[in-house]
Amino acid sequence: MSPALELFAQLTVNGIAVGAIYALVAMGVVLIHKATEVLNFAHGDLLVLSAFSAWALIAGAGMPFWLVLPLVAAGLGVLAYGMDALIVRRIAGQPQFAGVMLTIALAFMLRGLVQMIFGTDSQSYDTPWTGGSVQLFGVTIADLSLVIMAVVFLIAALLWVFFRKTRLGIAMQAASQNQLAAHLNGVRVKRLNSLVWALAGVTAAIAGIFLAPLTLVDTALWLITLKALAAIVLGGFGSLPGAVLGGILIGLIEQYAGVYLPDGFKDIAAYLVLIVVLILKPNGLMGDAHGRRV
Amino acid sequence: MRFDYHTRYRQGFALLKHPADWVNYGVLLAALLVVPLVASNYFVGELSYVLILCVASLGLMTLSGFTGQISLGHASFVAIGAYGHAWLLAHGVPFILALPLAALISAGAGLVVGIPAIRVSGLYLAMVTLAFSIVVEQVIGMWRGVTGGFMGMLVETPSIAGISLGSPKVFYYLCLLVVVLVLLALANLLRSGIGRAFTGVRDSEAAAYALGIEVKRMKVGAFGLSAGITGLAGALMAHHIGYLTPDAFTLLLSLDLVLMVVIGGMGSLRGAILGAVLISMLPNGVALLKDVLPQSMARQSGLEIFVAGAVLAFFVLFEPTGLNGRWMKIRALLENFPLYRRDTFRRQKAYMKSERNR
Repeated sequence: MSPALELFAQLTVNGIAVGAIYALVAMGVVLIHKATEVLNFAHGDLLVLSAFSAWALIAGAGMPFWLVLPLVAAGLGVLAYGMDALIVRRIAGQPQFAGVMLTIALAFMLRGLVQMIFGTDSQSYDTPWTGGSVQLFGVTIADLSLVIMAVVFLIAALLWVFFRKTRLGIAMQAASQNQLAAHLNGVRVKRLNSLVWALAGVTAAIAGIFLAPLTLVDTALWLITLKALAAIVLGGFGSLPGAVLGGILIGLIEQYAGVYLPDGFKDIAAYLVLIVVLILKPNGLMGDAHGRRV
Repeated sequence: MRFDYHTRYRQGFALLKHPADWVNYGVLLAALLVVPLVASNYFVGELSYVLILCVASLGLMTLSGFTGQISLGHASFVAIGAYGHAWLLAHGVPFILALPLAALISAGAGLVVGIPAIRVSGLYLAMVTLAFSIVVEQVIGMWRGVTGGFMGMLVETPSIAGISLGSPKVFYYLCLLVVVLVLLALANLLRSGIGRAFTGVRDSEAAAYALGIEVKRMKVGAFGLSAGITGLAGALMAHHIGYLTPDAFTLLLSLDLVLMVVIGGMGSLRGAILGAVLISMLPNGVALLKDVLPQSMARQSGLEIFVAGAVLAFFVLFEPTGLNGRWMKIRALLENFPLYRRDTFRRQKAYMKSERNR
């Protein structure tokens, strides 16, 4: 392969690997938004919390990775359930802005807690795949990236089955489409919403545990929420497949922008995409069109 | 107890509703005028900073509180105002001209950002402004020729009619003047037809449109006005900081500004001022708190941001009308003392309403 093509292939693989993480974060945000119409700005801080917890358990307590993963995921699920059941649920019926403010407040509190408990230094820990890599047609792929891609697509597939085939998933869909009608049909809307939060918390935990070894365990990881927002908007607001597609596209765009565009574009590419998509095609790639109700 | 007995039509929208208010605000202004004569330079400097934040908060309140458009990126307008002002000063524009010009530049940027506001609203607009502020921060970092990049940019200390602005007390009076002017201008604008059109757009776009209000023009106009006022705050901020770097205008500043208007109480100028005062006091409050707490907790760095989040959550959950709402309640309690009824301000039971199809 020619060097230019090789570079392109490498960038594509890297982009999909990074995009898979964006997709996972985006799915968590979309889940909550679809169910409760709250845009969860605290999602990134849940992710940071899970990364730091995993670090404390792996590097501090010496626990094996396979034990830490379910432990942290379960912990974050319970925490997210509690956040909805005790705090976020209270603002139902208030304007959307209240939800934004409340989740920003929760994000601040989580960030403060993480800094108080774990300190402000960056940390790192190893996974079973750290350091390994495979060669495929001249393209180097880190083992960890492969695992991340597999995990994300597995979760996406599981969520798809969950929402299509199981009673609970269908009840969640019903509640997200019309809460009152679902309630009248015997769906326990409040508990379901909290369960959706728990589900999103679990995805945040998995994203955090797998993302942190790629970069560093740091409170700045919450910024990934903003990239995920760009992914959600690109994919079409409120669509789970759209979130996956958008996440991967954002990952690709970032990688290409870093090489083919002038210096500095890599950091703002995602946000430029967000602005342009919202102005030109607010429904995104896979979102459904809505009429305006007077 | 005071009653609103209007005997003339114009009393319904007077600048101040009660004659007693003229006395109250006059006393407040007199107190603020006297402060520099008795207080230390450090205290006066801190007070100027509070006043600058008041201007920025008023700017955001015009947009979020009165026109109902969320902006999570107002720090970008502060930055544009600050850099515009510093650049103009460095190129020999006199201070008196540079200040309004900086506000105009920022207002121009606001008009550009306001154009998407015609097409997107609510959460989407919040995201556009958020993305815009990140882009602006990066552009400032990269555009070395004008802004000095990440290295920063020195702000010159100008003098007006031979009096240097370097003195904290002179600067304080300048800030106070700007706050009073902005406050008067906004109070007058908001009780005019344009102000009512803003409120109409906030409460129901469709109804406003049906009444012949040009919704699009109002939205973009509100964005420009808000950005202009915030840019003015930025220009003053440039002098307060003295040396501009991009990290002075990050997302955290945007969120602080949003915190101010939400905690102050949406849709009231008094709320914008109260919120700015509270938020700028918060670090000092946390410092006091640290003295009380045990050593191990006091040394932690996350306490400040935790307290900010807790205060915001508290207001969103328990006092959605903010400090201004609390102020109204306390005033009602004092004025009607034995007859206060809690239900006067009780919210009705609310159900989940979808904003998906707006």
